[in-house]
Amino acid sequence: MKLIEHFELGLDAPICLTWELTYACNLECAHCLSSSGRRDPRELTTAQAEAVIDELQRMQVFYVNIGGGEPTIRPDFWHLLEYAVNHQVGVKFSTNGVRLTPERAAYLASPACGGYVDVQISLDGATAEVNDYVRGPGSFDTAITALQNLKDAGFTDAKISVVCTRQNIGQLDEFKALADEYGATLRLTRLRPSGRGADVWDELHPLPEQQKVLYDWLMASGDNVLTGDSFFHLAAFGEALPGLNLCGAGRVVCLIDPIGDVYACPFAIHDNFLAGNLLRDGGFQEVWQTSPLFQDLRSPQTGGACAKCDFYDSCRGGCMAAKFFTGLPLDGPDPECVQGYGEMALAGARSVPAASQDHSKANPTRNQPVMLKLMTRPPVSDCAESPLAGFVP
Amino acid sequence: MHLDEQWALAPSVALRPEPFGALAYHFGNRKLIFLKRPELVAVVRALGEADDVRAALVAAGVPEAGWPSYLAALEGLAASDMIRARQEVAA
Repeated sequence: MKLIEHFELGLDAPICLTWELTYACNLECAHCLSSSGRRDPRELTTAQAEAVIDELQRMQVFYVNIGGGEPTIRPDFWHLLEYAVNHQVGVKFSTNGVRLTPERAAYLASPACGGYVDVQISLDGATAEVNDYVRGPGSFDTAITALQNLKDAGFTDAKISVVCTRQNIGQLDEFKALADEYGATLRLTRLRPSGRGADVWDELHPLPEQQKVLYDWLMASGDNVLTGDSFFHLAAFGEALPGLNLCGAGRVVCLIDPIGDVYACPFAIHDNFLAGNLLRDGGFQEVWQTSPLFQDLRSPQTGGACAKCDFYDSCRGGCMAAKFFTGLPLDGPDPECVQGYGEMALAGARSVPAASQDHSKANPTRNQPVMLKLMTRPPVSDCAESPLAGFVP
Repeated sequence: MHLDEQWALAPSVALRPEPFGALAYHFGNRKLIFLKRPELVAVVRALGEADDVRAALVAAGVPEAGWPSYLAALEGLAASDMIRARQEVAA
């Protein structure tokens, strides 16, 4: 049996586990995949979080991707970080940089972290203009300050994590230059229509010709660029990109959310992909190994309408979450199918599922991005008040 | 790699058993490697205690005809620092 077939049947423990520590966030990014903003009162306590780490150690989950929300604003974040690395669970955490002061940067570079900690700074534009449009005013400067602090403290190889959008695909070389400037590694990932991303996906997801630009760029310059294996739908252009060219949801990856709910993947925070809760259902291992949802995801998939496509073996139907949150059937094409089947599917009848959780802030703060553009067309005349001015039937 | 050399799993590497064999994870360089045969896992586990590579292959029950491919696999593991020549382990 080939390795990929073993992966499709699921492993005894995930290879790559994402753990969102809190739904609280100082930012309100327009495309937040977990609709974060406000803390959930049911979030795991410090003791419960330590118990999760103990269990991950027993299961030999070698590292965990910690995110949120903004994980560093949990008061016990630094404690949990140290607890994890002391229990053979390496940590890679994602942050917007808000708490990466020079002191914290020095701590991360110190022997206390034993080199078992990776830091990933989110940046969705190589310029403040492009970044702040989706991540909110001031967020570019916050991220750059954090990168500078890490560099000054001697922390090597931070990651700059970029969600690829219609507006920043043209900045790939600039992102690489920025990463080089800070001694960092560039990480590119795919925009998913998950969480608040559903609201802005139509405007932000890369256009078909941009998918090709991205693919060509990754093939030409992507040697030292991480992708989280998130672009396997691009494999249908021809040659597969490095990594696992397969949807790993519930098979080799999953997500633990701040209240201990276990979902099939970080991009699928929805009741349909909820496998169980590690507090209620006997622990993480029990949920991972026995949940009916995960058993189902590990059973052979048919490929549906895609099975007859010549490229099915390359892309394997693409991303489950991208299909689900755009209202497409899970056994059909990915909405960004590079063979064009996605556009056809999107043009047909579909209904986008309602969100099953939303921790967005009830009232917008000054950090909320304002996704408005200046009008590009001048008014018909200085005082054209008629709503039909300029309208020619 | 030669049959009479002495090797061992690197100290910062952990093996996790899986149905196909094992995952080897290196906490230092963050590399994750899949050991796709249970026999290879047995060889890797035996390396540190065995007198040499040959003894580890014998202990794991690998038939002699298969040794060249196992040596090649071990060389791949050595290139990723998953296993180290034994005198280096002590250092």
